[in-house]
Amino acid sequence: MSIPFPSDAWIKAMMEDLNQSQAYAEAAKNWEGDFYFIIEPGGNLDRTVILYMDLWHGKCREAFEVTDPEARKPAFRLSGPVQTWKKVMTRQLDPMQAMMTGQLRLQGNMAMVMKNVRAAKELVESCTRIPTIFPV
Amino acid sequence: MWYFASPLIVYGEDALSHLATLEGQRAALITDAHLVSLGLAEKVTKNLCQAGLEVVCYDRVEPEPSLEQVREGAEFLLAHHPDWIVALGGGSVMDAAKAMWILYARPDLDPEAINPIERFNLRAKARFVAIPTTSGTGSEVTWAIVLTNRTERRKLGLGSREVIADVAIVDPLLVMDLPPRLTADTGLDALTHAIEGFTSTYHNDFTDGLCLKAAQLIFDYLPRAYRHGKDDVEARTRLHYAATLAGLGFGNAMAALAHGMGHALGAIFHLPHGRAVALALPYTIAYCAQGEPGSTRYAELAYHLKLPAENEREAARALIESVMDLMKRVEQPLTLAQAGISRRDLEHEMQILVDHAMNDTQTIMSPRIPDESEMQSLFWQMFTGEISL
Repeated sequence: MSIPFPSDAWIKAMMEDLNQSQAYAEAAKNWEGDFYFIIEPGGNLDRTVILYMDLWHGKCREAFEVTDPEARKPAFRLSGPVQTWKKVMTRQLDPMQAMMTGQLRLQGNMAMVMKNVRAAKELVESCTRIPTIFPV
Repeated sequence: MWYFASPLIVYGEDALSHLATLEGQRAALITDAHLVSLGLAEKVTKNLCQAGLEVVCYDRVEPEPSLEQVREGAEFLLAHHPDWIVALGGGSVMDAAKAMWILYARPDLDPEAINPIERFNLRAKARFVAIPTTSGTGSEVTWAIVLTNRTERRKLGLGSREVIADVAIVDPLLVMDLPPRLTADTGLDALTHAIEGFTSTYHNDFTDGLCLKAAQLIFDYLPRAYRHGKDDVEARTRLHYAATLAGLGFGNAMAALAHGMGHALGAIFHLPHGRAVALALPYTIAYCAQGEPGSTRYAELAYHLKLPAENEREAARALIESVMDLMKRVEQPLTLAQAGISRRDLEHEMQILVDHAMNDTQTIMSPRIPDESEMQSLFWQMFTGEISL
C-alpha cells in the first residue's frame, strides 16, 4: 500500500526500511547525526512539513513528523520544495546534483557528510523503496 | 540542471608568458622545493614581475598534502594578502593551493569540510592560476581537491566548483624533463580520468568527446613520451594536452571506483596516486562489466578506440587488455604484489582499505557499487592479478 508523503507514517516506513537494510548498516556505520527533512509547499501540499530522523551508526533510532520545530536541535537540516524531493525520490534527480545546484539545501557538519557519502547515497536508496503517494 | 566548468586555458609553447598580462598587486606562488631547485619557480616569478606584481613564494608543499599543510599555507596567504594565487606543480601542489585559497577566504573552515554545496566567495580576495608540471592530474582544470588526513591514514576527495582556476597554463616546455617513472604514473592517471569520466554515472554529452580524445592521445603518445622523453617533443606535447582534456572530461563528469580504491591504497601504502588508480582500473572495469545489463558504456568506448568488441563484455575485455598492455609498455606493476605490497600487509590493512574505499566520494559515481565483501574481493584480485570476466 502506498503511503502519502510527507507524513508521519511515511517517515516511520522509511525508518523500518533503513533498519532492515544491510547496505545502509554497512555504509553508515560511522554516521552520527540526526536530521530535519524540511519539505516546502507545492502542489497539494499547502504547508511546510518537517520530518525527523535520528540516525546513529547504521541504524535509525527514532523517526516522526515534527509538530514543534523547536523541540529538537538536529545536527543536519535538508530542505527544499516538495517537487524537488519527488524528483530525488523517483530518481529523476541525483541528490548530490540537487544540493550542488541549490535545489536542495543542506546545513550541518559538512566534514561528516564528505567522509560518509555512501551513507547519504543509501539513505536516498531507502527513500526510493517506499511506495509513495506524492502531493504533486 | 548541471554545469560544465572550465578555466581560460592558455596552451602551447611559451604559454607561461601569459602571466605577464595579469593585472593585480601581489601574487602568491605556491610550489614545492624541487620545482624551485629546477628553476621553474624562477621562470614563473619573472613573468609575474613583468606584470608588475609583487611575488611572495610558499615552496613547502609536500607530496600527498595533508590537512596541516593546507592550514600552514593558508596562514602564509593570510599574512601576505595576495590578489593572485599561482599554483606551480603537480596534483599535490595544485590541490593544496586550492584548499589554501578556500581557507584564505574562510579561515574558520575545517579543511575536511570543504564541500561542493556551500559558497565560499573566493574571488572576493584572490584569483587563481594553475600551472601543471606533470601530464596527468588534470587538477589545473578541475574543482577536485584531494587532501590526506594523516591521523586517519585516509585521502579525502573534496571539492568546490569555486576552485576552478581562472587561468590554466598548459605549457609543454614545463614537462620536457619529466623522469620516465613520473611520466608513466601521471600519464596513467590521465588515462584513468578519461575512461572513468566516460563511464561514470555523471557522464554527459559535454564531456564524452573530451574523454575519448584524451584516451586516444594517451594510448598513442604515453609510450613514446615514456621512452624518448624530451627527444620526442610531439609526444610530450600531445600527452600534456591529453591530461588537461581528461581533466576537463572527468572534472565535469566525475571519476569512479578505480579512484575510490586508488585513494584508499595511496593513503595506506603510499603508492603514487597515478600508479594506484591505474592498478585498480582493469579490475574495476571487469567488476562493472558484470553488473546490470545496460549500465556500462564499454562497447561505445571500445568502438571509438577501435578495439574489437560485439558487446559490453567483449568490449570490457578488450579495454582491459589494452590498458594492461599500455601498463606493461611503460613498465608499471599490474598487481599489488608487483607494486611491493605483501599479502600480510594487505590482510592487515584490509578493513581500513575497504572502509575508506566504500565511502570515497568517487566510488559512488561508479555504474556498479560494491558492497563490503565485493570490495574486499576486488582488493584481493588486485593482489593476485586474477581478473574474472
